[in-house]
Amino acid sequence: MSDPHESRGDASRANELDPDVALQEPGAISPETGTATQDGTASGPARDGEGEVPPPSRWHTMLRQIATGNAIISVLAVVLALIVGAIMIAFTDERVQQTAVYFFARPGDTLLAIWDSVSGAYSALFQGSIYNFRRDTFVAGIRPLTETLTFATPLIAGGLGVALAFRVGMFNIGGRGQMLIAASVAGWIAFGFDLPWGIHMFVALIGGLLGGALWAGIAGILKARTGAHEVIVTIMLNYVAFYLVSWMLRTPGLLQAPGSSNPKTSAMKETAIFPDLLGPQFNLHFGFILAIIATIIVWWILSRSSLGFKFRAVGINPNAARVAGINVKGMYVYAMLISGALLGLAGVSQVLGTVTSGFTAGIDAGIGFDAITVALLGRSTPWGTFAAGILFGAFKAGGFSMQAAEGVPIEIVLVVQSLIVLFIAAPPLVRTIFRLPDPNARPKRSRKTDTKEVQAK
Amino acid sequence: MTSTVASDRVAPQPASLDTTVVTSWKAPVAFGIFTLVALALAVFAPRPGETTYRLSLPNDVIQLPEVTVPAMPTLWVVVVLLAAATAYSAWLVSSKRRVPLWLVVVYAILFMFGFLTWAGSGSSLPMIGLLFGSLSLAVPLIFGSLAGVIGERAGVVNIAIEGQLLAGAFTAAIVASVTGQPFLGLVAAMVAGMLVGMVLAAFAIKYFVDQVIVGVVLNVLVVGLTSFFFSQVLAPNAALLNTPPRFDRLPIPVLSEIPIIGPVLFRQTVVVYLMYIAVALVYFGLFYTKWGLRVRAVGEHPQAADTVGINVNRTRFWNVALAGAIAGLGGTFFTIGSGIAFNKEMTAGAGFIALAAVIFGQWDPIKATLAALLFGFASNLQNTLSVIGSPVPSEFMLMLPYIVTIFAVAGFVGRSRAPAADGKPYIKS
Repeated sequence: MSDPHESRGDASRANELDPDVALQEPGAISPETGTATQDGTASGPARDGEGEVPPPSRWHTMLRQIATGNAIISVLAVVLALIVGAIMIAFTDERVQQTAVYFFARPGDTLLAIWDSVSGAYSALFQGSIYNFRRDTFVAGIRPLTETLTFATPLIAGGLGVALAFRVGMFNIGGRGQMLIAASVAGWIAFGFDLPWGIHMFVALIGGLLGGALWAGIAGILKARTGAHEVIVTIMLNYVAFYLVSWMLRTPGLLQAPGSSNPKTSAMKETAIFPDLLGPQFNLHFGFILAIIATIIVWWILSRSSLGFKFRAVGINPNAARVAGINVKGMYVYAMLISGALLGLAGVSQVLGTVTSGFTAGIDAGIGFDAITVALLGRSTPWGTFAAGILFGAFKAGGFSMQAAEGVPIEIVLVVQSLIVLFIAAPPLVRTIFRLPDPNARPKRSRKTDTKEVQAK
Repeated sequence: MTSTVASDRVAPQPASLDTTVVTSWKAPVAFGIFTLVALALAVFAPRPGETTYRLSLPNDVIQLPEVTVPAMPTLWVVVVLLAAATAYSAWLVSSKRRVPLWLVVVYAILFMFGFLTWAGSGSSLPMIGLLFGSLSLAVPLIFGSLAGVIGERAGVVNIAIEGQLLAGAFTAAIVASVTGQPFLGLVAAMVAGMLVGMVLAAFAIKYFVDQVIVGVVLNVLVVGLTSFFFSQVLAPNAALLNTPPRFDRLPIPVLSEIPIIGPVLFRQTVVVYLMYIAVALVYFGLFYTKWGLRVRAVGEHPQAADTVGINVNRTRFWNVALAGAIAGLGGTFFTIGSGIAFNKEMTAGAGFIALAAVIFGQWDPIKATLAALLFGFASNLQNTLSVIGSPVPSEFMLMLPYIVTIFAVAGFVGRSRAPAADGKPYIKS
């Protein structure tokens, strides 16, 4: 590992496979990539099979890969979750309940009511998240898409943080605390200081990132030094951060707005606010660019840098990594620092981009927890997380308009999101439901080599 | 992940040939820190005046007199005693002996007494109300931590306690409101908690999904489901569906008249009495029955358990389901236990505190119960102090359980070792 040439070679090889990794789960290794991504046991049985029977035609292989691969599982998981959501919407709809009373006399009424409620809700979801056909101009019609991207910004940043920790075999549940601390630091710099335009924003951004990184770093250091489980520590730090920020928000002279008795800060100064990307009529702000940059940086770290190689080695097998000379404990600390900084970016983009009129202790808006589902859906890869963040951003943006237009509570979005992750996490379940062929010909024994990191993808 | 935790553990100290006693300086260090905190309070923030402890309720049969102590002299006495306890623990460790649990408990009580005397100076503290409220607040935490203990002893990390509590609270409210029978609500809550537990078990055991991930996602799912149905169904029909009757308090005839203990322990609702029974049953069952042996076997060394003919995955499945039922029972505290209508996310993180109690309690039902009581005490202390006007901001009191847990997990208080196969799926080869 100390040899830079060797590690570079490994990193670039792994990089070629990165898109594959994004679509792979342990059960669906194709023979070509199997040897490189997995240990020998993974591809062994497939090789044995080829020796006995003539190799199948290319089309057959491709069809089989499409039917058994992870892309199809992901799509089907989304479909399944939306079906469950539709059932919930239909069951709780008043007209459906009224017409269901005489279902056997006139079933058409019930079916029509079900169709109306479900299609109404989902078309509101679409129009609220992508394109609103009821508007006259394209500019007005495309506004929902920019809303989606605005909602997606902190989700992408936070999801990247959680995903990076996953790749090192750690589970960062502390997004809420890290976001709160980052938001407080960035907000404090943004409303409490007078600096020129640009520099002010930059200083606030850096301050926020440092705040989030240090808060997560506590968990990393405790894990490295004492073996304290990071899940527990980060959960506890969430509450500590929440009460700490709540206290600062109601204490004059710290974060509370002068002359106010509400637990809220004053508005951010103009010099620190992220500029709007598409003009003042859209909410989309510079934070989205930062989220894209963060995605590129995380991709670079994970697949091009020697640090990322060490990260992944520790995540796949910390014992082997230690034997190979990697400083495992140091990796835990670095990973938590970077992860915290990314969640900090989510917090900063909230206070400097989305809610610039001053914030309360609810500024995190549950994004710290949503980020976990985003990272899981994105299978812990940078671009997968990016896509998952946009999908969940669309759900959020659409959920609000669904609630406003159709009276469907926004919590349905939570149900759909968690179901998606559950279904994706258990490909055999989805295969059973849709009666897809099982690619998992290898013996289950080899699963023992899977670490949490692999399963988390 | 677990493997690294294992290897990071403190290496056993060299000892004589026949016995190996693992000692650690963490307890004396922690004692020393808290003694310094108490000393700092006495030196830098003196509060003149007297503190009165009220030990009886006005209508008790046996009335205890109020105890009044001068605040500062008492605090100084406490500081001296704390220093003595610290020195004693240091002497124990230096002579290669363990710091016993009773010393930790005595130390904690002394520290709390000193702190209360300092914080409550100039006013009177209603001790009965303080302790009674602590026990009440601890009820869901204790049920939740029992669920966590059973699950983790069987080798399945149960992060979904929060979801099980919430599911229990939700179904208990609906069933009890519709039927008017709180006991039916109790049963329904257990069923709901069990269902959440079964989903967790199915994904963790059958599909080998990472248990922490399933737990977290299940929490989100339950929050989403209950909030959705609350907004869509419960809120419009609140009179029919969300006006749960509450359990009446059932004073136990003789026991409830014992001074201090009686009003605190034996004038509670059925849920609390069930909690006493549950703690005793889980403790006895886990360590003195065949069931408990099997649970611990599949959690510590599933392969060995399998070899002697225990069906590991079936044992795990049903115990996680049982754990879910217990946590669901704890959820009833929020609605029918206190006669409050269900509301969105009303458990407010209790499941995570219960999880902390499990770890703080070192996966032992009794210690976990004590930890849960401590957390209940800390939250209720904050309520009491905010009434009498405390010098410490309430947020810091609320923070205390979490900081204590971080210290506990980091090992300053004591070594906490998870069951060996905790969180690892068992795949029969």
